[in-house]
Amino acid sequence: MTPARKPPTDRRSPGSSRPGFGRAILAVLWKDLAAEMRSRELLSAMLVFALLVILIFNFAIELAPFLRLTVTPGVLWVTLTFAGTLGLNRSMAVEKDRGCLDGLLLAPVDRAAIFFGKMLANLVFMLLVAVILLPFYSLLYNLNLFNPGLLLVILLGSLGYVAVGTLLASMAVQARTRDMLLPILLFPVIVPVLLAAVRASGGFLQTAPFEQIRPWLNLLIGYDAIFLAVAYMLFDAIVEE
Amino acid sequence: MIRVRKLVKRFGLKTVLRGLDFDVQSGEFVAILGPNGAGKTTFLRILASLARPSLGEVSLAGYRLPAQAAAVRARLGVVTHQPLLYGDLTAEENLRFYARLYALPHPADRIEEVLELVGLASRRRDLVRTFSRGMQQRLAIGRAILHDPDIMLLDEPHTGLDQEACDMLDELLRRVAARGRTVVMTSHDLARVEDLASRFDILTGGLLRASARRQDLRGNLLDFYREALTQ
Amino acid sequence: MEPRPKLLSLLTALSLFLFLAALTVIFVYAPLEARMNYVQKVFYIHISTAWVGMLGFLAAAAAGIAFLVTKNLQWDIVELAAVEISLVFFLVAIITGSIWAKPSWGTWWTWDARLTTAAILELIYLAYLLLRQGIEDPERRARFGAVYTLVGGLSVPVTFLSIRLWQTIHPAIIGTASAQAQGGFAMAPAMLHTMFFALGTFSVIFITLLWHRIRLGRLAHHLEQRRLQDAE
Repeated sequence: MTPARKPPTDRRSPGSSRPGFGRAILAVLWKDLAAEMRSRELLSAMLVFALLVILIFNFAIELAPFLRLTVTPGVLWVTLTFAGTLGLNRSMAVEKDRGCLDGLLLAPVDRAAIFFGKMLANLVFMLLVAVILLPFYSLLYNLNLFNPGLLLVILLGSLGYVAVGTLLASMAVQARTRDMLLPILLFPVIVPVLLAAVRASGGFLQTAPFEQIRPWLNLLIGYDAIFLAVAYMLFDAIVEE
Repeated sequence: MIRVRKLVKRFGLKTVLRGLDFDVQSGEFVAILGPNGAGKTTFLRILASLARPSLGEVSLAGYRLPAQAAAVRARLGVVTHQPLLYGDLTAEENLRFYARLYALPHPADRIEEVLELVGLASRRRDLVRTFSRGMQQRLAIGRAILHDPDIMLLDEPHTGLDQEACDMLDELLRRVAARGRTVVMTSHDLARVEDLASRFDILTGGLLRASARRQDLRGNLLDFYREALTQ
Repeated sequence: MEPRPKLLSLLTALSLFLFLAALTVIFVYAPLEARMNYVQKVFYIHISTAWVGMLGFLAAAAAGIAFLVTKNLQWDIVELAAVEISLVFFLVAIITGSIWAKPSWGTWWTWDARLTTAAILELIYLAYLLLRQGIEDPERRARFGAVYTLVGGLSVPVTFLSIRLWQTIHPAIIGTASAQAQGGFAMAPAMLHTMFFALGTFSVIFITLLWHRIRLGRLAHHLEQRRLQDAE
């Protein structure tokens, strides 16, 4: 069925076209990155927080040289996980504050595209924090962390983390207890990611044989696949009324 | 243009809309009036495809909700209590973002045009965060008309606006209506909408109790409203 | 509120009777285990409560799916009931597991895959209750609850798998696969009978409790509805 007649003054084509899935994802991603480039609030908060956590770890567990290789993966992932919740909370709070989530939902795009756009933005922030964190850590503790294997683990681990995190953050932001709630909801379900990421990172740093690392990488990939699919299916149930 | 039959909306245990019928012809300007808590916002959110009907049929521009929601959304312009804008983006960037979501063919020209229309052309590069409430609402209207929708839905758009902004909004709405677009607006401010809308529907207790055209009322909107409420 | 169905009264009586019978069977019929003596008796309770915890956990996930498909709040009541029962029984299973572990492995707690997964499951359910507490609107509360039970439910097997993997690679300190073998024992036929009797008993108890809890949930639901009507 065609909508009502267009008055002759209307030169534009009607606003009824719809962007493709990929374009919609990119639009949402671009929007989040542009807003962050402007304010830099999120990244700076995540970074300062991450550095503080590493500092605290230094005093708390005495990162003595002979311990560093074994403890470093744990310290890195705990830091990333904690800093990540700051980012996730903030990313959804922005959508809630001026009712922007409604604005996104009103657009003629697939809701899954909105989810993936938000998720990718969160992934970019997390990876940026990691990329800045690694040289700092390398410098402070005289360890070379620029290991392609480790970078791959960070990518896979962060992906699973933000997939579940973005989904749960969009629920937490609508609850009365908002910011408090997200880590409580998120941490028990990302245990596999944390465990696998820490083990795989440790394996690469200690140059363990690849056969020992592979099961962890498989686990990470499996988790990523399962929860990307789950988030894709469940996001609609969170945002609809 | 809009057709609603036996619409029921429940939020868990609470029934907000109780079997509501509603028809709007193309080009009509309908004001939905009613006290707070009557279900006006819920009704508008359902028309806007933001909430699902519990029971009943809803169709806009020939497309049914919620099944063909995406097709409906492309033809809708919505203004709510909140501006739906990003504080950390400029006015222009906000519109550019929405232009992408609506896949506008010539976004730059259209953004230019809309910014002129809402009187914000000179502040296009300013962050929305720095805007006053009235300016944010003006930009919100600009966002809603960006893709030249066939149907405009407005939920209490005058709330929190100063006199000047209200007049500007009325002027804009008149222009939209004059171009043959369909407008549905909720309000509890009778004086504000009396000269604006072509039809007035009274929503109270989850039902539409009365409906009248402006030419039939002859300026007695207040009496009509009171009568409908005391029924 | 409808009067209590006959079948439910019957089930309640049956549960009580079976529970007493199970205790009798455990303490009288089942033979005493040679090495661990009476402590071994806790095994029957442990395995039964863990079983019921699993049942509740599966029921909650199924109710969550049913809610998301039908949007019927009745399923939300079932889901919450199953979660609460599961929470309590898993806790009992963890505690009895510790009682078993102390004489068997010489420690109250080991980071064994099953133990750790059970503990994480408890935390997921506690998080679930906190999530529900933070949301006023019953419909939204039900939706988010269902989503979280599904996310949590899917993560549990993965968690179990990851901890298993961790143990096979991690250097053994305490309570690895070999320690588990030490804690095991050969089952006499009478022990097997007792175990199955206990499993059956606790399954009946689970169904009875679930039914009672669902009725309670319905009652609370009606009360909330009344209050809303009065408020209008």
